[in-house]
Amino acid sequence: MDIRASAEKTYRSMLQVIPQVLGILLLVSLLLTVIPPEWYGMAFTGHLVADPVAGAAIGSIAAGNPVTSYVIGGELLNTGISITAVTAFIVAWVTVGVIQLPVEMNILGKRFAIARNLCGFVFAILIAMLTEGTLSLLGGML
Amino acid sequence: MKQEDGTEKGNGEKENNSRFSIIFLGIVAGIYCIVAIMDASVATRALETFFGILRQIIPVMVLVFVLMFLVNLFIKPKAIAKHLGSESGMAGWVIAIIAGIIATGPVYVWYSMLADFREKGMRTALAGVFLYMRSVKLPFIPVIIYYFGGLYTAVLTAYLIVFSVLVGLVCEAAEGDEERPAPIDKPSQ
Repeated sequence: MDIRASAEKTYRSMLQVIPQVLGILLLVSLLLTVIPPEWYGMAFTGHLVADPVAGAAIGSIAAGNPVTSYVIGGELLNTGISITAVTAFIVAWVTVGVIQLPVEMNILGKRFAIARNLCGFVFAILIAMLTEGTLSLLGGML
Repeated sequence: MKQEDGTEKGNGEKENNSRFSIIFLGIVAGIYCIVAIMDASVATRALETFFGILRQIIPVMVLVFVLMFLVNLFIKPKAIAKHLGSESGMAGWVIAIIAGIIATGPVYVWYSMLADFREKGMRTALAGVFLYMRSVKLPFIPVIIYYFGGLYTAVLTAYLIVFSVLVGLVCEAAEGDEERPAPIDKPSQ
């Protein structure tokens, strides 16, 4: 492909992708404004099974820089929330994207996007349990 | 994409894709209008956040589009099929994992490039792996170690890598024979 054709192809991609990225960014910004970080802790009840599911659910809907999830997760851990719930929360935060799902479906395909996000949700809980179990075997967090 | 009669297919879908972009942005703008009517300060703060994030994302978007341009210019579909296609073997998985870890910025800025790669022969499972491995970010490793410890970080990272392969395989199986969205870059005829 020559320079002109490559540039045209990239330009057309930009024209289509930029409005979608702007839309996601606007939604993420609204979510960050409407839901203060301290609200996340209110969803946890101390239940062994319900908490990781709640963590994965909140992480799936929440959006923003992964560092934010680590900071919130660290604070949740300090308030007594289980490591399993916190892990499900931070893993879902970075692997599941409910807000960007319509755009992902549009660009990468419906089945692909839905399967990827469903897997992300279920695996967040599974990874959290496995991580907690492995850490217990190895003697806790360092 | 050629149809049985030899004509190009996908222009209708491409128009739908373009329409989706505008409709999606329009719906979001509508949501902002409703929020502004209910509480103008919330809408204002959200917009301030938006411009703050946008400033951070612009360099990544420029990087993605430059990469797309260079890939279109220099990399032939045959090369992508060889290194990231169904015949790529273990090397393909390793490339997808490393590329996902290295890739910067929000996951959604990479969708268009992945769609482009898949058009050129990238295996669907490897696209799933790439997106999943965006969960491991090298610059943030010190932060997660600070909050959760080194052992926790190592264990979690290992599980994320293992599960990325599973996610990729599930995505590939789920996609099945579903027709992919029309390429977003073909000129109208």
